[in-house]
Parts: sequence; structure tokens; C-alpha cells
Amino acid sequence: MNRSIERHRNILDFALSSLLRRKGKNVSLWVMYTLVVFLIAAIVFYTHALKREAALILQGAPDIVVQKMVAGRHDLVPVGYVEKIAAIRGVTAVRPRLWGYYYDAVTGANFTLMASDDLPPGTADIGNGIARTMRIAEGDFIPIRAVPGATTLFQVRKVLPYASELASSDLILLSEGDLRALFDFPRGFATDLALTVGNPAERATIAAKIAAQFPDSRPILNSEILRTYDSIFDWRGGMMVVMLGVAVFSFVIFAWDKATGLSAEERKEIGILKSVGWETGDVLLLKFWEGAVVSLAAFLCGVILAYVQVFFFSASLFEPALKGWAVLYPRFKLVPDVDPYLLAVLFFLTVVPYTVATIIPSWRAATVDPDAAMRS
Amino acid sequence: MREASRLMVQQLQLTDLCLFTEARYTRHPSMADLHSAFQDHPLALEHFPSGSLATPPRFRRERP
Repeated sequence: MNRSIERHRNILDFALSSLLRRKGKNVSLWVMYTLVVFLIAAIVFYTHALKREAALILQGAPDIVVQKMVAGRHDLVPVGYVEKIAAIRGVTAVRPRLWGYYYDAVTGANFTLMASDDLPPGTADIGNGIARTMRIAEGDFIPIRAVPGATTLFQVRKVLPYASELASSDLILLSEGDLRALFDFPRGFATDLALTVGNPAERATIAAKIAAQFPDSRPILNSEILRTYDSIFDWRGGMMVVMLGVAVFSFVIFAWDKATGLSAEERKEIGILKSVGWETGDVLLLKFWEGAVVSLAAFLCGVILAYVQVFFFSASLFEPALKGWAVLYPRFKLVPDVDPYLLAVLFFLTVVPYTVATIIPSWRAATVDPDAAMRS
Repeated sequence: MREASRLMVQQLQLTDLCLFTEARYTRHPSMADLHSAFQDHPLALEHFPSGSLATPPRFRRERP
């Protein structure tokens, strides 16, 4: 047992000194390798943490949201639906939601406006992102251009806490009367209806009943809301698949380069080692350790850098891609959450193929005659 | 932080995370209409960068 450990230790020692001998080449290899692992790990960490955050935060979202559809688009829903839907067995409460979007021409940002019951007329609660973008604070006035053309000033009663920015960064809360006046919202209509259902198992049945009773409506279940975020940040989602594809492809090129052959110097080294008495098994072990040292070091560094980038610097490198043309972008810190399964997949996708790729050409070189290897 | 957001969602009955504010169907993807990616006409190309990140959810694509 001790002899075997000693053998591995000696070979590892030799592998490290051999890597140090080709410092320039190995350091550049390690840097590239680290970058590839960093990119994949950062995407994996970021999407996983966001998915988890969405699942936990949106648990409190309405059990069912009912929209009215007109020609494939959602329309204002008549408040008259409330009573009929509330009469369906299993529905505990129906609350009409009044909300919409507002484009602020001064900053070029889009805000979400929503009616809130506990706000006095003429006042507004604003999200932290709006306060940051428009540089306003509590007590200041926020101008909103109403549909009739005049600009109305609302006094900021409260800036919603920074901690809730992931849910409320672009939110402006107004009293119902103010919101209706601003958008010339017809009386007796709401944007959609939020339903509370006592028994979660009944949600789908209730949604089916609503769809049957109101053919122009579209019920959206809480589970569908949660699934939306699961599929947005799924590995197949949009740019994620492109970025992952690029990273994996560059890694394949990388491993391919390694697998297709050894340099003449390395071939000569193997020849010399064999001629001084090393067995093929020892040479393979040496190459295995060389590959393992480079790939493990790159894997660990890449994963640590990705963790720091995503959880300490709020994935600031991804910000330009995520922000798009939006002026208002929420600032939030993700709660560190790493799935061991994803980490294991990353490990087997990066470290194992590379290590195997280093062994195959060495095995080919180690099985030829030492004399031929040295001459080649 | 998570608790504050959760409370906000519960109190105001919010449905989406404020991640992409550039278009209404990326601000509220779960509330977006069925043709949101082609909102101007059936062959319209997606013109917001975050639309390439926030693709329509599967249950939206599968339904007629």
C-alpha cells in the first residue's frame, strides 16, 4: 500500500517538475482551460441560482391569473367576471389587478405601474431601480405623462426596499383612482384577475372550469408561472445554448489538439524514460498525472472564479448581455446555491475527457521502441 | 433579500421577476401573449436582445 502511494508520489513529483520545465506552454494552456471552465461554470451557477430564486420568490404569486383574450392578445377583463368566478367551488378569493406599462421618455426606461389599495391619491411608492435611474428620493416628485396629455406629479411616499429589487425594481405603485385617471382606464374593467384557491390540487380543475365558462379567458396557473422561469433558464434557452455551445466546442478543439499528437520533444522524453527503465505503465501514469494536474487546477480555479463572479460580483460580466437595450436593470445579489450534480457533470465534461485525451497519444508513443521514439 | 422579494410578491400579487425591462413580454414572460415573439406580425423578427435569452416558455409554444 505504502509502496504504491510512494510510487504515485514520486511520479507526481516528476510530473510537476516536467510541467514546470515547459512553463510557458503549460501556463498558457492552464489559462485557456480555466477560462473555458469559468465560462461554463458561471453560466451554470447563474442560471441555477436564478431558477431557484424564481421558484422561491414566486411561490407567493397568485394561484391562478385570469386574462381575457381578444384576437390572440390579452385585453382588459370586465370586473363582472369576478362574481361569477368567485362562485366556482374551491375559489377562495378573486382580486382584480390593475396594472400596465409606462415608457418614460426622459430616461428611456420602461416602468410597471400598478394600483395599490393603501396609497393616498397623489402619492406613489417607487422601486429602487426607478429611484436610481431617475435620481429621486422619498419626498421628491415623479412626473408621469398621462394619456390625456398633461404631466401629473406624484409625491414619492416610499422607495421600495433594495432587498426586494428582484421583484420590484421597476414598479410604481399608485392609488387606483390615479392609475385609472392616468391611463384613462375604463371603469368596470381590470387588467387581469388574481385568484386564490384553497386546495392546490384543485387549481387545474378550476382553471378548466373557468376556460369552459369564459371561452375568451386564459387562466394561468401558479405552476405555469414557475415553469416559465425554469424554461427561460433551461440549458436549451436562447443564448444559453449558444454560449454553452461555444464553450464546449472550444473545449473539444482543445482536447482534440491534445489527443492528436505529442510534440517531438515529448516523444523524445518518453523514449528516454523508457530507455532508462521506465515501464509503459509508469509513462502512462506520468502523463495521467500531468493531465490531471493541469485539468484539476484549471477546473478548481475556473469554478472558484465563476462562483466569485456570480455570487459576489452579481454576474457583472454577463450584465451587458442580460441588460439588452433596457435602461433600468435591477441590482441584486444571488444567494449562493451550487448543485453538486451540476458540478459533477461539469467535472466529467471537462477534467475526464482532457485527462483521457492526454493519455492516448502517450500510450501510442510509449508502446514503440525507445530507440525509434528518440529518433523521431 | 429573498424574504423581502417574496413578501413583495405576496402582498402585491406579482407574477414575474424584474429581470428584463426592455419589452413587456420579457418583463412579464409568464403573462405574455401567445404570439409575443411575433408581436408585430406573424413573420416579425425578434428585435430585443433579451428576447434571445428569454425564449417563450415551453407550455406557451406547445399550445395552439
